[in-house]
Amino acid sequence: MSSRAAVFAGIRRSLGVVGDEATRRFEVETRLKQAPPGVVPKRGQGDVSARLATFKAEAERAQASVTEVTEWAEAPAEIARFLRENNCPAMLRMGDDPLLAGMPWSETSLAVLRGASDGGDVNAVSAAFAGIAETGTLVLVSGPDNPTSLNFLAENHIVVVPRDAIEADYEGVFAKLRGVYGKGQAPRTVNFITGPSRSADIEQTLLLGAHGPKRLHIVVVG
Amino acid sequence: MTVVATSTKFKENAHEALTDARLQGAMGFSGNFVTRRAAAAARLPEFEALRDSARAIKDHTLAHLDLYLEAYEAKVRASGGEVHYAQDADEARKIIVDLCRSLGAKSVTKGKSMIAEEIGLNHALEEAGIEPFETDLGEYIIQLRGEKPSHILAPAIHLRAKDVEQEFRKAHRDLPPDRSLAEPEQLVAEARQVLRAKFLTADVGITGANFLVAETGTSVIVTNEGNGDLTQTLPEAHIVIASIEKIVPTLEDAAQLMRVLARSATGQDASVYTTLSTGPRRPEDLDGPRAYHVVILDNGRSNMLGGEFEDMLRCIRCGACMNHCPVYQAVGGHAYGWVYPGPMGAVLTPSLIGVAEGGQLPNASTFCGRCEAVCPVRIPLPGMMRHWREREFERRLSPAPLRYGLGFWAFFASRPTLYRLATALAARAMHLGGRGKGRFSWLPFAGGWTRYRDLAAPEGATFQSRWRSRSGAVQ
Amino acid sequence: MNAMAPPSGPTRKAQPRVGLFVTCLVDIIRPTVGFAAVKLLEDAGCKVVVPSQTCCGQPAYNSGDRTNSKLLARQAIDAFEDCDYVVVPSGSCGGMLIKHYPDLFVGEPDLAGRAERFAEKSYELISFLVDVMGVDKVNARYEGTVAYHDSCAGLRELGVKRQPRRLLAGVEGLTLVELNEAETCCGFGGLFATKYGELSNAIVGRKAEDIRATKADTVLAGDLGCLMNMAGKLSREGSPIKARHVAEILAGMADGPAIGEGKPEAAR
Repeated sequence: MSSRAAVFAGIRRSLGVVGDEATRRFEVETRLKQAPPGVVPKRGQGDVSARLATFKAEAERAQASVTEVTEWAEAPAEIARFLRENNCPAMLRMGDDPLLAGMPWSETSLAVLRGASDGGDVNAVSAAFAGIAETGTLVLVSGPDNPTSLNFLAENHIVVVPRDAIEADYEGVFAKLRGVYGKGQAPRTVNFITGPSRSADIEQTLLLGAHGPKRLHIVVVG
Repeated sequence: MTVVATSTKFKENAHEALTDARLQGAMGFSGNFVTRRAAAAARLPEFEALRDSARAIKDHTLAHLDLYLEAYEAKVRASGGEVHYAQDADEARKIIVDLCRSLGAKSVTKGKSMIAEEIGLNHALEEAGIEPFETDLGEYIIQLRGEKPSHILAPAIHLRAKDVEQEFRKAHRDLPPDRSLAEPEQLVAEARQVLRAKFLTADVGITGANFLVAETGTSVIVTNEGNGDLTQTLPEAHIVIASIEKIVPTLEDAAQLMRVLARSATGQDASVYTTLSTGPRRPEDLDGPRAYHVVILDNGRSNMLGGEFEDMLRCIRCGACMNHCPVYQAVGGHAYGWVYPGPMGAVLTPSLIGVAEGGQLPNASTFCGRCEAVCPVRIPLPGMMRHWREREFERRLSPAPLRYGLGFWAFFASRPTLYRLATALAARAMHLGGRGKGRFSWLPFAGGWTRYRDLAAPEGATFQSRWRSRSGAVQ
Repeated sequence: MNAMAPPSGPTRKAQPRVGLFVTCLVDIIRPTVGFAAVKLLEDAGCKVVVPSQTCCGQPAYNSGDRTNSKLLARQAIDAFEDCDYVVVPSGSCGGMLIKHYPDLFVGEPDLAGRAERFAEKSYELISFLVDVMGVDKVNARYEGTVAYHDSCAGLRELGVKRQPRRLLAGVEGLTLVELNEAETCCGFGGLFATKYGELSNAIVGRKAEDIRATKADTVLAGDLGCLMNMAGKLSREGSPIKARHVAEILAGMADGPAIGEGKPEAAR
């Protein structure tokens, strides 16, 4: 008997089932199809402004910094300001996201590199797929637009997120993912990021920048 | 080679732990898990309802585990990944070592995985000439020390900063010897620097999984450092090792569990990184592994289904039980002698390695019930420890003095008249023995008590004898 | 954790017949607690009876000896058959009667129902006084500062928390200082204290530290086992802090020796 068969046989024996029982199959198929949401906290709910306010408060609680700009065109200057005020080098790496590429970087003196990171980048910029108000979380997906490695290799990670992409909760993001990728599908990686990297492994002292970025700066646009 | 347990020596291990000043000092830092969990729970009005929801999801999944596992497997394959099944630790090690060999791997980075500890993976990799590098900061530190983790979330909780400095100076020889490592920040910065090189050159990345989502064929890891992400994104291959009960049906179900996991574990509303991984990289991706393998481990868990200990399979490895346990807080995790410490370890260990090897652990509990009170999925931990004690008693594995003592007590207690006589005599005798001081500093058969504490002497006459003599007047 | 609610259904009798389950520790070591319980119950308007009784069976139960625990449980259920209520001055024995007796007889045709009914009419002492008899204030006086330890079973199995504090608040002259980590185990755990003496000592050592930090003159709790454990540690450490059962203070019977205290002339 293969290991696969043995494991399934063990499970079925303990549960006292054969595996083809119609009621059980129906229950499983139904749940997978309907994906009932369960208990959804009210914390993140509200209109766009309310969600933004909650998002900002929660993100800052997690040691991210958050600023807002009205136009996409203002973002590069805001990012340049952030880097300057934190004594970071005036260069950054980003993916092929057209939203980012289309911003007027030349209006700043930032050197902009494109593509996946080899580990040597101090600053990286990504555009988020969505935000989550409930927890102050950014949602980023893998792909050529915003390579996953940029989220983790740089010391300073700057993420641009459209105001109306801030969902109330995880459930809103799942709906959006299904809309883009199809039900039951997902890209290679979906990152839910809440604040900069941290560890408390040494004497329970909270320290930022364990392996991932030391700083997470969020620019909300719109 | 199986992972050797010293759980039968719990008392001796505990003694060492209690007399280890350094450990006792380190454990002093772990107290604020309790405050932080309480604060996080208080801040979310829906927290108790979420615990009920999480419990229900787990129960439903376990009752249909075979079908959800089938669905999960189909989705992984559809997204270009491969699924392997391991009945036990030996098989799991073999599968992973063979995969690494077939990929020509020389070095492997590892995200934190208790299942990898359970199967003794690092040793197997080393024997096969493959170098494993733990990347979770706590795991990295204990790997340098050749130790096992002492907590399922904070593996190095038993160490002081000075201990870490010592290990880093020993291990990182090519760094300037006169560098300062006095501050925890400096230690973290150094680990970041050293491990960055490993991340970038590893051939294979191995992680565990907090959840395996059947709906999409997704593995989910929940971390704060980002090491799991670097482990699973940079190398050519990503191997996930997870046990069968990690399956959850849908993304929504995963979110229910995520909401109670971080809060119960560290008091965070969300961990810094929650990552959903589905299959290998897509053709258009600029990074990500080209191969994605999931190794699903049984190792005794299918036997727990449908039995007295099934509820233990609800565990989402948050660590709240051990954070709130007076026994764990007194002795730390190594005293438990195997992979899983604290209340969840006391219940799970005998299930996985047998009651003869693991039976001490469920005995070392006061049944204070705090673990059950904080468990996000409401596992009745003391009740299950009591089940283990029943199993031991039935099999006559409990120590003889205990069995005789209980039998002696039951003989009298089931004969009320005899009991009243005997207790009246004993109360009188012990009262006199107390010599008016009202307490004993030593009493035969009570050495475990009187070695450390005085023992109050009886007042002299039992309540029932005084009540009866009084009853002429009252009633 | 569910708080004990007053029973719904037919109105409580004017003078309920309350069977006092004293517990073996109170019976043998400290009958004062039993008499304090009687006074409190009689003052609240109950008729107190004391059926011939022994042990609730918890030591056997927690040691995995189901046979003997069922034997003793059955005996207890029989002994208190004709009582309206069973009241016990212990959260731990109380938890046994209320939460675990039904577990012992699950599925047994005759006993399952009897155990359920027995559990339904059983109460820990202080919660009975407050939640069932509606006692709001006791007539007692105590000049001193006390700390209150929440014994685990009473707290987590039976929801005993605010009731003792409520009654203590009405005791004239008494100051209650909240104990740091009041809800943390004292390390007694029944047989655990002797089987794992060193470990139990480490846990009660922390409790003793917290008690001393309150600068109270007396520590109170609702369980004699916990109290003997804390008293024994405090006296071994040379602390003058006394230990009493909360019933003693509430019944105004706190003049005699405290737990582990000898007669004044024999004390060193």
